Amino acid sequence: MSIPLIETRNLKKYFDTPRGMLHAVDGVNISIQAGNTLGVVGESGCGKSTLGRTILQLIKPTSGEVLYNGQNIAGYNERQMASIRRDMQIIFQDPFSSLNPRMTVRDIIAEPIRVCKLCHGNAEIYERVNKLMDTVGLASRFENAYPHELDGGRRQRIGIARALAVEPKFIVCDEPVSALDVSIQAQILNLLMDLQSDMGLTYMFITHDLSVVKHISNEIAVMYLGQCVERVNSDRLFENPLHPYTKALLAAIPIPKLMPRKRGAGIIKGEVSNPIDPKPGCRFASRCPNASERCLSEELRLVEAEPGHFVACALYE
Amino acid sequence: MSTAGKAKRRKRSQLSLIWFRFRKNKLAMLGLIIFLMMIFMAAYVSIFGDYEKAITMDMPNKLQTPSAAHLFGTDQFGRDILMRMMFGARISLSVGLLTMVLSLVVGSLIGAAAGYYGGKVDNLLMRIMDVFLAIPSTLLAISIVAALGQGMFNLLLATAVSQIPAFARVVRSAILTVKGQDYIEAARACGMRGGRIILRHILPNAMGPIIVQATLNIARTILGISSLSFVGLGISPPTPEWGSMLSEGKTMMRYYPHLILIPGAAIALAVMSLNLIGDGLRDALDPRLKN
Repeated sequence: MSIPLIETRNLKKYFDTPRGMLHAVDGVNISIQAGNTLGVVGESGCGKSTLGRTILQLIKPTSGEVLYNGQNIAGYNERQMASIRRDMQIIFQDPFSSLNPRMTVRDIIAEPIRVCKLCHGNAEIYERVNKLMDTVGLASRFENAYPHELDGGRRQRIGIARALAVEPKFIVCDEPVSALDVSIQAQILNLLMDLQSDMGLTYMFITHDLSVVKHISNEIAVMYLGQCVERVNSDRLFENPLHPYTKALLAAIPIPKLMPRKRGAGIIKGEVSNPIDPKPGCRFASRCPNASERCLSEELRLVEAEPGHFVACALYE
Repeated sequence: MSTAGKAKRRKRSQLSLIWFRFRKNKLAMLGLIIFLMMIFMAAYVSIFGDYEKAITMDMPNKLQTPSAAHLFGTDQFGRDILMRMMFGARISLSVGLLTMVLSLVVGSLIGAAAGYYGGKVDNLLMRIMDVFLAIPSTLLAISIVAALGQGMFNLLLATAVSQIPAFARVVRSAILTVKGQDYIEAARACGMRGGRIILRHILPNAMGPIIVQATLNIARTILGISSLSFVGLGISPPTPEWGSMLSEGKTMMRYYPHLILIPGAAIALAVMSLNLIGDGLRDALDPRLKN
């Protein structure tokens, strides 16, 4: 295997809160090969978005490494990051708060071009903006519109055009479709996939929606409370989930069926435990149907249960 | 080059769009007209007015009620109140506006840096501001003028310094509400630095409370100068100025209310017109309120 485009090694991000250390990302190891898509799934508050932002150095990691093309960029300051910023971009979940309400569509997309000095002179910049708008399927008549005048799907296209403006290699998609209508979701997903095949982009696709993640990713990482509990290629995950949490997630996908399903089958009980100063042992132990003494005492690491299939669970050690 | 031409047209059209939205706001237009008239009065009063009447004492004619010779009457030294009011606009308006601009710029930068960078920078800057806040603003201004010496520029500096903490606090809190938005993060993700983010993204979106603070600030400055004049550190006595007209007339307001009504009305009118302009400007600058 060649060097992955993005790799994290034991990446940690703790937030200092008045009630203790919040372990948002707690020792995550992932790697993404160029041109692939890694789907990151997990419920709200499990640290998916923090992971994405930590990789981009928008949030400084507490410890661990972030390797970009084999180069450790963790802890780089803004000056050192300057040359790498162009290669890594982010698409946000909320198409309302991710666009400055006082700027026109054209200025929003032109801004990264100006910041990175990719083109000079307004004529050249605006020509490029028009090209980008065309790429993401925005009619050029919207160039002088303000974000609030457009619907969610179009706004998300602006966000995508802004991310593409600097010709990045890697894009963190932070739940880019979860705020959109289902019909629009499909359009945006198809757009993202077309862009990937045209430009050879690499995605980290953060979502809580398993049907979306199956559609778009090559590999999936399942996160629970700041830790990656299972990592495998996406087909295999749906065929043979190993971690009890993954099984529960898959069982929770609603199936449109006329006959009522047996209620509660495989649905996990309880709530996510507190991420502030978590107890040692498996984070999922308190909700796990298969939990044993061992799960409560020792930290579990990802082990290769079958070729290319990593899981952090006492059942498979 | 046609695209560049188009871009230029668009820039102008955005300004004209703001003007278009401002113009539709009747109250704001009223404020603008009143304010322009006051500026005009201050600028051209020497053509039709007589400065001598405003500063020379004329004791036989002191404390007259309004008449044909003295439209607004005379004060306790027999000086024409209309002339004093009109010439007073020069100092009051210019010091008021300049102080506002000075404290707005400095206060905004301090507040913006504190709000945006947070943590230690925030603590350091805001504690310094607290020190300034802890000293009564008049006392602070007095000590600055006393230390630097009397003069128009030092007066300006003194009043501006005492207003800076108020701006810094307002701007800081306005920025804290904008800072968490995703578009700030998007700007950081493409390598934008703090200063540019503050100017391009944060301040334009935090404008509302800042404009309100700025318009209220002018009234406070005009009155602040009068208290400096009262202790002899502001504008020296014969020079007409609204604030000192007010404080001089205060002692006789029960028998000769026009002594304070005229300068009071002038201050109120200036503040009101600036308030209306500020409100209109805030709405006109926000594209979300179009239509």
